[in-house]
Amino acid sequence: MPERNGRGEARRRARGELEGEVLAALWAAGGPVTAAVVQESVPGAAYTTVLTILTRLCDKGLVTRRREGRGHVYAPVDDQAGVVAAGMHSLLDEGGDRAAVLARFVSDLSDEDEQLLEQLLHGELPDRE
Amino acid sequence: MFWPAPMYLPLLVSAVLAVVAPWAGRRMAPRAGAWAMTCAAVVAAGTWLTELAILAFTAVGQLPPVAALGPWSVRVLAAEDPVDREFAAVCAGVVLVVLVSATVASWRRGRALVGAWRECRGLAAGGDLAVVEDPVPTAFAVLGLPGRVVVSSGMLRVLDARERSALLAHERAHLRHRHHLFTLILHLTAVVDPALRPLERAGAFAVERWADEDAGVVVSDRPLVARAIARAALASNRARTASLGATGGPVPQRVRALLAPPVPRRTGAALAFAALIAACGVSLAITAHDTERLFEAAMHAPRVTGARLPPR
Repeated sequence: MPERNGRGEARRRARGELEGEVLAALWAAGGPVTAAVVQESVPGAAYTTVLTILTRLCDKGLVTRRREGRGHVYAPVDDQAGVVAAGMHSLLDEGGDRAAVLARFVSDLSDEDEQLLEQLLHGELPDRE
Repeated sequence: MFWPAPMYLPLLVSAVLAVVAPWAGRRMAPRAGAWAMTCAAVVAAGTWLTELAILAFTAVGQLPPVAALGPWSVRVLAAEDPVDREFAAVCAGVVLVVLVSATVASWRRGRALVGAWRECRGLAAGGDLAVVEDPVPTAFAVLGLPGRVVVSSGMLRVLDARERSALLAHERAHLRHRHHLFTLILHLTAVVDPALRPLERAGAFAVERWADEDAGVVVSDRPLVARAIARAALASNRARTASLGATGGPVPQRVRALLAPPVPRRTGAALAFAALIAACGVSLAITAHDTERLFEAAMHAPRVTGARLPPR
């Protein structure tokens, strides 16, 4: 019983994570793109899975679909952009406890840090593109 | 009859733990280090507070209304008490200040956590990810049921596809391993005992490194995570002018650590933690025992009726 729940939970999580990745790819694209383009930038996802997720995101109202040529193109929706961006700025700008409870990806850099990172990024880091 | 030195031993041991723990913790693998440092912080803060309370009680117990509750003899207690009365009074003051500031800090952090969760609950999310249209590159994870990863469109556009996966894996690691609780506990222990502030910083850094290493496993490429961090930090630094309260650790250190080979298991450091945590417990037990004997002596001295004698 607990094992089955564990597996179910893992499956649900994996599905949620893939949904997040598809949404991130759409936003990164910067304009309407086809499902094939989305699939290219979501490592390890099958085409049909990407299509299913895109449909679900459309149903949720997070993504719009438009007919173009023989297929569809998809674009992210930012209808509440003003409200949301304002909310996020207030989250971050309050500083102190408010900023401390957010697990931020990167913290601020000093000038010295910036130079060091530029070096690391363009020098020692193996570039794979 | 009562040796003063053991009375102060827990303060000394918890001070040693406060100094050694950040040093030893930084040398461990991030996950083990985060656990060890958080446990050490709880034990050190607990020992420090309990010891202060014990010392304070040797003075508080001499107040007539308190002594009447025992009942014990104020005269005997005053004569036998190895702790300086003024010092014990200071301890009582410190205990009060610590309790008040810990309550305030918990309230503020709790309110901030709930507030952040409320604000993020309103965001439309695909799976566990909410994207907000904002050119400034930011990304963070918010604790909740379920937790949420919030990323700005600006951040998604500066990273390539694989770097995006690394970013999401890092933030999901924070949520999966309940890293918010580690940093919350570390913060509160440092409020209780300000000597633990270096440990709070070292612990928060270990938590950040833990998420980095976890992301490295998920995308099976540690240098990729390093590159994602470096690119994200540079981009958000360029876009931002206001200074923010920074959590986590210095970014270049994280990048360097990911480019270096993984830290091997350090049994020595783990043993040092275990020994110091045990020493805290033992020294506290000795003090508690000594104090109990002190009060027992004060109880039996005035020949209180048999009803109050402990059953032997």
